[in-house]
Amino acid sequence: MTKFSRRSFLRSTGMAGAAALAAPLVARAAGDTIKIGGLHDLSGALDSVGVPMNQVFKLAIDEINEAGGLLGKMVEPVIYDPQSNMSLYSQYATQMALKDRVDVVMGGITSASRETIRPIFHRYKTFYFYNTQYEGGVCDRNEITLGTTPAQTVARLIPYGMKLYGKKVYTIAADYNYGHITAAWVKRYVEENGGEVVETEFFPLDVAQFGATISKIQGAKPDFVLSALVGTSHLGFYRQWAASGMKSEIPVMSTVLGAGGSDQLILTAEEGNGITASFGYFEEIDNPTNKAFLAKVAAAYPDKDWVMSEISEVTYEGVKMWADAVADAGTTDRDALLEVLTSGKTYDMPAGKVKIDPKTQHAIRDVYIAELQDQIFNILESYPNSPPADTQMVCDLVANPDSNQHFEISL
Amino acid sequence: MEKSVIRDPGFYVMVGIGLAVMFIAPVMLDLFTIMQFTQYVVLSVFALSLGYIWGFGGILSFGQAAFFGLGAYTFAVASINMGSTTIPMVLAFIIPTIFGAALGYFMFYGRLSDVYLGVVTLVVALIFWKLINHTAGPEYSIGKARLGGFNGIPSIPTLHIPGDTGAWLDPAQMFQVFMAILIIIYIALRFLIASDFGRVSIGIRENETRASLLGYDVRLQKVIVFAIGGGIAGLAGAMWATYQSFIDPNSVSMEMSAKALVWVMAGGVGTLAGPIIGCILLQWLTLKLGTVDVVNSIAVLGAIMMVLVLALPKGIVPTAKMLAMNGWTLWNRRPNRDAVTRKAVKHE
Amino acid sequence: MDYTLVIALEMVRAIAWLVLLSSGLAIIFGMMRIINFAHGEFLMLGGYTVVISTGHGVNEWVAMLVLAPIVVGIFGVIVERLVIQRLYGRILDSLLATWGLSMLMIGGVTMIFGNSVTGVATPLGGMSIGAYQVPRYNFVLIFAAIALLLIIWAVLKFTKAGLIARATMQNPDMSEALGIPTRWVYMATFGIGSAVTGFAGALLAPMTGVVPTMGVNFIAQSFITVITGGASIITGTLAAAGLLGSISQGMTFLTGPVYGDAALLLAALVLLRLLPQGITGRIFKKSL
Repeated sequence: MTKFSRRSFLRSTGMAGAAALAAPLVARAAGDTIKIGGLHDLSGALDSVGVPMNQVFKLAIDEINEAGGLLGKMVEPVIYDPQSNMSLYSQYATQMALKDRVDVVMGGITSASRETIRPIFHRYKTFYFYNTQYEGGVCDRNEITLGTTPAQTVARLIPYGMKLYGKKVYTIAADYNYGHITAAWVKRYVEENGGEVVETEFFPLDVAQFGATISKIQGAKPDFVLSALVGTSHLGFYRQWAASGMKSEIPVMSTVLGAGGSDQLILTAEEGNGITASFGYFEEIDNPTNKAFLAKVAAAYPDKDWVMSEISEVTYEGVKMWADAVADAGTTDRDALLEVLTSGKTYDMPAGKVKIDPKTQHAIRDVYIAELQDQIFNILESYPNSPPADTQMVCDLVANPDSNQHFEISL
Repeated sequence: MEKSVIRDPGFYVMVGIGLAVMFIAPVMLDLFTIMQFTQYVVLSVFALSLGYIWGFGGILSFGQAAFFGLGAYTFAVASINMGSTTIPMVLAFIIPTIFGAALGYFMFYGRLSDVYLGVVTLVVALIFWKLINHTAGPEYSIGKARLGGFNGIPSIPTLHIPGDTGAWLDPAQMFQVFMAILIIIYIALRFLIASDFGRVSIGIRENETRASLLGYDVRLQKVIVFAIGGGIAGLAGAMWATYQSFIDPNSVSMEMSAKALVWVMAGGVGTLAGPIIGCILLQWLTLKLGTVDVVNSIAVLGAIMMVLVLALPKGIVPTAKMLAMNGWTLWNRRPNRDAVTRKAVKHE
Repeated sequence: MDYTLVIALEMVRAIAWLVLLSSGLAIIFGMMRIINFAHGEFLMLGGYTVVISTGHGVNEWVAMLVLAPIVVGIFGVIVERLVIQRLYGRILDSLLATWGLSMLMIGGVTMIFGNSVTGVATPLGGMSIGAYQVPRYNFVLIFAAIALLLIIWAVLKFTKAGLIARATMQNPDMSEALGIPTRWVYMATFGIGSAVTGFAGALLAPMTGVVPTMGVNFIAQSFITVITGGASIITGTLAAAGLLGSISQGMTFLTGPVYGDAALLLAALVLLRLLPQGITGRIFKKSL
């Protein structure tokens, strides 16, 4: 048929659509495979964070398969897109646990999504890795938590800032769990170091206009501003702050800016310059593992529009550490893997040396302070082997292996 | 009057399918699929609440999620504090009903109508959403329940057999209970719509001025319809909370309200089967899109919605009915052509 | 004293912001009784036009004042031809179709441009009012809002096109009978409304940056402003924006952004209860 009528076009595209609907994301291999679930938001409000995590997740699995797989089997990713929607998180988690029967799941971005899926995986005994920096306090035998917590980052950032700028701090934070807990830690660390938090303000995640607050901050005259603002709407603060000409007057430090790997690109160089942040990973870390890792990522995703950030790198760590444990234990059984993972082994990762604390099943890792300059974070300080001291205050999985809780650490 | 329900074959088909699914599904299907079905059932109840007030009361609510969320939070707070789930379930119906009556009084006695009504309901839902999102701090707790702001309330108890707090329902039992609730609500609404009260509501929907000139109290009538819708939505919210075992402000969001509108719209306004079918279809699609490698789930969903509105303006159920009717008459006409012509001749 | 001045300035800016945000929607709703639920995404598109074109070396003022309205205006005409024209008189269908459109646009823009497009810096820098520093750009916003309202007023009042538009708005059937091609009027109106929205989005971009999902944060605000204002495009928008903007910004200064937003919503609620047809449904009835 040479004539390409509208009807036949519609029919063929319709059929292509139907075929796409019928084909699962990854063709299920016929033989026996080891399944690893990935739950990252690939569309909706959080996709700027979820897409890089998912790409690195797939890269890590490809690496394992290229090296011959695990226990003589290929590793098969099972990937769903929760579309930044908590009830889809809960459904896909159930699906992974009951229907796909995956051996392990990596994923969850916000604390809300983690607290949605964590109880599900706990109930069905599906091993779960949470790879995001968060507010601390998860105590669950079924979960390995690899991201940094406030005791690792905020505890370093505050004294650093106070030494440099002065003792009066103005905190602005996102109005949800993470922001409130981080603000509480900020207050504690500021007071421990003999300073004072002059004001703490919380902003709903959809606020994009910060004019009123900027005037208030000017009235309070702090020595520096500590921001725990989250998400793309809140980037408006940095922009309006620069527009008011305040950048040269009062310095800004942040606990989250750059966490997803796109904030520093969305802000222009002038707006971002001089903002200090603290994470467990920055692209500029100078070690051979990191260089090789970044080269691999660049080869796999030549036109990526994000910067490698802690949560993506930690997702890579999660997959690799789990695979290492599987190879070591010779099984995918959760308890056997936990034994290997908490045995005190040190892993050589792009972020530096990483070890799992058996009490909290959180990572003991190197933490860095860096300053944003021309959309790139330059590392200023590093703190090797920082323990998750906050979670250690409330959680001891060695003594209480049945614990299944997210403690809110009272200060 | 109620006879019209009893004579309608569609009514028996719906109830029959409902009962069949309720009893057969738990035997035939695996656990995951049952949980999936449970979700459709819960959201169908929510869709019905809007389908009723919109299709049979002419009240268009852009903020139906306000009731859904109110019911969900009521259930969550009450059940966490009381440890039992029976009374919280009842409360989750009563409190949204009262709130619906109050809001209805505020609106209908202010003679709000049309888009303005929609906006007021939208605004009310938005206020709820703003305030509930603001409850992240530890100072916002009701009894033992922390409201939790954006993260919501986790660990909401599962339903149990009334009176025995230890007897949790397993997912299959929960599915059957919810299915029973859906069927009961469906039957109750069908009879309510066919009753005198329901006929007056429809009369008001068709022509408000005429109804009031005939001596009906339009405002009171609307308040009652709106309150019933609110109660049903609240109940759906409570079912949602216990099904997911967590609840977050998304349950009050504009997206949730809009979803209900789309379900009803897609299924067909002015039917009760339509909202249920629309809800199941679109929810299934949303879930399916997240598991396949299409370009961007949200874009595809948006495109489908646009096509749906343009291609099926009346909704699925009325369109299907119309097609079926046309087919029926065509089928009938063929053998009886002579009879028809004879009749026509007689008339002359 | 300085502080009072700063607060006053912020209030006026908030009002100007609401005016810019909702004018496009008001034109479309006021004339055509179509609710464009993709309004937020039209703003987003305006923002993207500025960010992408300045990234390719276009002067940012040219991008904001010329390019963005043209691009979004053309896009609006295309949408009108493909979708909206089939939905006249069906206010709800139009709402749902444009809601679908908004999701399609969010997904589409994400696919085309990705999630992390570098924004443009706010131009003009800061200036000091006593001990305080405020962005000069605030005055651009205020000026733009005033200019926009004046232009709409002048067009409606003094031009032939404005006369036709007003006639169609008041009685579409009669205008049709008098030989006015209402379909073309509607198409033009939708295009102009979109262009105004694109312009607002362009002005917004340097303040908040652009991401594909930014629209959802604005749709409720603009929608409420338009409905509260009532049918008259200029007076309605101005009255509603003035009232709601000052109330919310005042509350934001006193307490914080949550109660600021809540106060805006509550004020709208009370207003609609008292004036069920919006402000211009009862007062300033004859105004434009």
